[in-house]
Amino acid sequence: MHRFANPGRFLRLANRIQPWLKALTVLGFIIGLYLALWGSPPDYQQGETVRIMYVHVPAAWMALFAYLLVGLASASSLIWRHPLADVAAEAMSPVGAAFTLIALITGSLWGKPMWGTYWVWDARLTSFLLLFFLYLGHMALLGAFDDRARGQRSAAVLAIVGLVNLPVIKFSVDWWNTLHQPASIVRMGGISIDSSMQWPLFAMAITFHLFMLAAVIERMRTLLLEARLRNQRLAAFERVGTQARASE
Amino acid sequence: MMDFGSFLAMGGYAAYVWPAYGAALVILLAIWIDGSRRRRAVDQALHRLEQQRNSER
Repeated sequence: MHRFANPGRFLRLANRIQPWLKALTVLGFIIGLYLALWGSPPDYQQGETVRIMYVHVPAAWMALFAYLLVGLASASSLIWRHPLADVAAEAMSPVGAAFTLIALITGSLWGKPMWGTYWVWDARLTSFLLLFFLYLGHMALLGAFDDRARGQRSAAVLAIVGLVNLPVIKFSVDWWNTLHQPASIVRMGGISIDSSMQWPLFAMAITFHLFMLAAVIERMRTLLLEARLRNQRLAAFERVGTQARASE
Repeated sequence: MMDFGSFLAMGGYAAYVWPAYGAALVILLAIWIDGSRRRRAVDQALHRLEQQRNSER
């Protein structure tokens, strides 16, 4: 792991794998969407609305997973001053926020026909909305200070505090009465979903992972190159300064 | 084989299923386009800076 901590090495590796990752993501979407929309049966109770699950559930998984990674990256930035940790946290945050928004919107569109309402202020939905605001707060703090290091530190503290929300989301359906059903895909004793629905779900889940990886690598590359650009501009500025002094 | 009309109708739930997929697609595209735009911008800025430096020499 330590070998990839070097930003230059990371950039070279990223440049090499990114085209493959993009191609795999596109392929994943083709397979996933085919299975989700065409190649799987309607549910005997929910009818065709069950197809919303193939987007909603993987998006919610990604939203939680990305936040966990933002929190871990923030912790390793504060504790070990890992050179890529801040970059990883900053790159992950908007992508995680996007998946959170997808989970919220698709959940709402699923709730209307199945529960009779787009939204209720129950524990699961409210804690998930809080997750979205945690992402927004993290992104806002990163851009809030002229001193980037200060912004990164404040954002990291927020991200770590916000980790408390993850178990709340996970167990909200067991701790409180909510409209949202408890976990029903992976339970104690293994997978409990029918295989005809398991494949589209897993195909979409894998595709969302690939998408997130590609999107985060792209953003990490951008952030590293932006840092390089700032350094070079500073160096150029100093060069002009010394030349001016020399000519006086 | 299901015909295309009933595929679009989604068993009467078209008003929920299609907006759900549409919203997901729009959000993923937006986050991707935003990211690759920023990367192209920084690539170009670095390139310009390098050319400028080469011409100074």
